Amino acid sequence: MKYMLMMAGPRQGWDEMATWSADDLKAHIQFMARFSENLVESGELVDAQGLAGPEGTKIVKAQPGGPPVVTDGPFPETKEFLAGFWIVDVESEARAIEIAGQASAAPGRGGAPVQIPIEVRQVGEAPAVET
Amino acid sequence: MTGTCVEDLLRELAPQVLGAVARHFGDFDSAEDAVQEAMLAATRQWPGSGVPDSPRGWLIRVASRRMTDHLRSEQARRQREMTVATATPPDARLAPAPDEVTPQEDDSLTVLFMCCHPVLTPASAIALTLRAVGGLTTAEIASAFLVPEPTMAQRISRAKQRIKTSGARFTMPGEQDRADRLASVLHVLYLIFNEGYTASSGDALHRTDLTAEAIRLARMVHTMLPGEGEVAGLLALMLLTDARRAARTDENGFLVPLPDQRRELWNQALITEGTTLLTRTLGSGPVGPYQIQAAIAAVHDEAASADETDWPQILALYETLEQFTPGPMITLNRAVAVAMVHGPRAGLALLGTLDGDERMTNSHRLTATRGHLLELAGDIDGARECYQRAARMTASRPEQHYLALRAARLG
Repeated sequence: MKYMLMMAGPRQGWDEMATWSADDLKAHIQFMARFSENLVESGELVDAQGLAGPEGTKIVKAQPGGPPVVTDGPFPETKEFLAGFWIVDVESEARAIEIAGQASAAPGRGGAPVQIPIEVRQVGEAPAVET
Repeated sequence: MTGTCVEDLLRELAPQVLGAVARHFGDFDSAEDAVQEAMLAATRQWPGSGVPDSPRGWLIRVASRRMTDHLRSEQARRQREMTVATATPPDARLAPAPDEVTPQEDDSLTVLFMCCHPVLTPASAIALTLRAVGGLTTAEIASAFLVPEPTMAQRISRAKQRIKTSGARFTMPGEQDRADRLASVLHVLYLIFNEGYTASSGDALHRTDLTAEAIRLARMVHTMLPGEGEVAGLLALMLLTDARRAARTDENGFLVPLPDQRRELWNQALITEGTTLLTRTLGSGPVGPYQIQAAIAAVHDEAASADETDWPQILALYETLEQFTPGPMITLNRAVAVAMVHGPRAGLALLGTLDGDERMTNSHRLTATRGHLLELAGDIDGARECYQRAARMTASRPEQHYLALRAARLG
């Protein structure tokens, strides 16, 4: 079963991260790299990507009888922004939740867990085999 | 012979075999598929049965047989469909006799010009070049560009269709287009190198295979066209840049900028080869942008430490480069050189001229470079703010990390 683990945070979260010390930041980055390596080794990682910040976002909306309208920036009502995601192929939802729990415990300021919420959603399930 | 040796041999022979088959049958598209099949057959058979006496002849024979089968079934299909005419002359349905393809005849270059045809988008030309000239499998190319294999297969197949419908013929370009066509070839090789060296997306900073492949192809073109200064210039640029690869990341995988790199990790053999090539080339013919960029790389590589870098010479080279290929990225690099020669404020003033440039909107490079120059000027708050902003603008994770850390270190 495949799950997408989405790491989203409020804008304050990004700003707050910018005030971490270099050592804290380094520890966080190294944790995340090791975390991805472990998922490769366990044979569960399908894809992992970090996204550019929300500032460069474009929103495209089709218009009847004309070219689509393109606006700069994320949806104005958006409170949280997707920072990155993992897609994992696992035995069970419980395992996907376990992995998400590890990601959420990544070290932050002073090594304390960041506790960033991770959204876990199933993706791309094949139709059930008829028996 | 081991699997790796067989693979190296096959990849060297790939464009020669394709050239011979495409020339004989006059059908580049199908010939390319047939050569891929012949290569796969060789990969399966040779490690066990041994490499045939004439590997090139073997591949041409097998690929030609596939072509003949393909043309026969095409013809049968057409007959079933009651189509009268067949576009293929009867003798083209037979495999060529071994003596018909002269061994010294090498069409690799014609194949390369075909793959880098200006009707193709750069992404298509890159994919087709890696398969037809580089002898990589579709799966290998797909994994190098982090796209699914069927997507890459479709990209290659569409590229060949595009060449077919453009009416391009399997011949070397005439004198008139030669310069333009060679420029397209060099541009494609340059893009392959860059893709491997900077890995525009994803986690990995280097995708070594693409870098090595670009250098191998540039070497091939240089061997065939030794008198072309820009070919030599591009090869030298690649060698002089790749020489710094080991120093570009630290033991934890973090990016290390040029001034902080441990120069003892630079590959001296590549530097010597690159500078020798460049010295031999400069002054022997017209100078072009690749030779100038190689000269800039050489100045960096020859400095024993960052402080000993000959910035006035680099500045002069960027000024010359900007006359050849004006563009905001060249101006940005020139601004760094100006800062090193005339002080950071002078560099910042030049960067300021890029602010209104639409091509630089959303470019993290401009913001990151401004951060760097502000830091040199002692404006720590301004520098920190720029690094943080730039970190959020790039989609490259290694660059995000580098910029965020750089900001954090300013305290």
